[in-house]
Amino acid sequence: MENTVAYNTKETTRNATQATSTVVINLKFLLAGIFFGFLLIKSEVISWFRIQEMFRFQSFHMFGIIGSAIMVGMISIFLIKKFNLKTINGEPIAIAPKKFNKGMIYGGLLFGFGWAITGACPGPLFAQIGSGATVVMITLLSAIAGTWTYGRFREKLPH
Amino acid sequence: MLEIIKQPWPWYVSGPLIGLMVPLLLLLGNKAFGISSSLRHVCAACFPANIPFFKYNWKQEVWNLFFVAGIAIGAFITWQWLFDYNSIHLNPKLLNELNSYGITDYKQVIPHEVVNWQGLFTLKGFVCIIGGGFLIGFGTRYAGGCTSGHAISGLSNLQWPSLVATISFMTGGFVVANFILPVILKI
Repeated sequence: MENTVAYNTKETTRNATQATSTVVINLKFLLAGIFFGFLLIKSEVISWFRIQEMFRFQSFHMFGIIGSAIMVGMISIFLIKKFNLKTINGEPIAIAPKKFNKGMIYGGLLFGFGWAITGACPGPLFAQIGSGATVVMITLLSAIAGTWTYGRFREKLPH
Repeated sequence: MLEIIKQPWPWYVSGPLIGLMVPLLLLLGNKAFGISSSLRHVCAACFPANIPFFKYNWKQEVWNLFFVAGIAIGAFITWQWLFDYNSIHLNPKLLNELNSYGITDYKQVIPHEVVNWQGLFTLKGFVCIIGGGFLIGFGTRYAGGCTSGHAISGLSNLQWPSLVATISFMTGGFVVANFILPVILKI
């Protein structure tokens, strides 16, 4: 009996330590997310109205944002590869290539439909909730249901 | 300093900073910038239901959930204290069009006349909230990524499949925003 208690306590401590280390390891990604959430608001990308403007070609704003983000991303990856940069932990940086399948067209179109209706892609969904638009939690839950449905019927869909 | 942060930012300031998320996540831990995977991890963690697509060690990808939690926190802080929504200048043509659907308040991130809790029980609100959300989740996973994963990460790494995906996103959005959404909003 006493042994069991001691064992359980030890187990609980171990789990707690594990949970703490998970949080510590991932804290930098939480901070990176906070920075990205800040940028999503400052860039006005989270605005349903900005997305409507973009799809109607009524403003350059969104095209400027996405275009310049891609340019900076391209230059960064070029430099990372050219100078063989390592991660802060010293690992070599490896980026998995994207393999084509027809789902990118079918799924891409469907996502485009959703993007135009909700005025949000997945990142802005989280940012809209943070900005106080609580009903977007339902949009997010529905998006999770959509992902689940895709997973459920994946084999039957053309790819 | 705070004044510079608070004032509206032109696209050529915020856009390049968003692009820097790509090298930032690579340098922090070899992570590819992408948000929609978080939806898959939530399915794998909460409702795997023995579906092969959700049977993987989601705990190894938990960084992505920390990242999206950060997005909500960062958005909260920025919206409360570091942003002036009155500074957004939208195209008057768009505002005129939206006026005709009864959308007159542009001071929130969403058109709250349609997208609100009571709206869930109207056809229009249901389509916009539940329908739109479902399409985002289903479509991004089917396409293997969203704006961040394909348009920004993928194109930055010169991946042509990501170009196909990005063109599909834009085509789908163009068609719905111009031809379908006006019909929905008139309901």
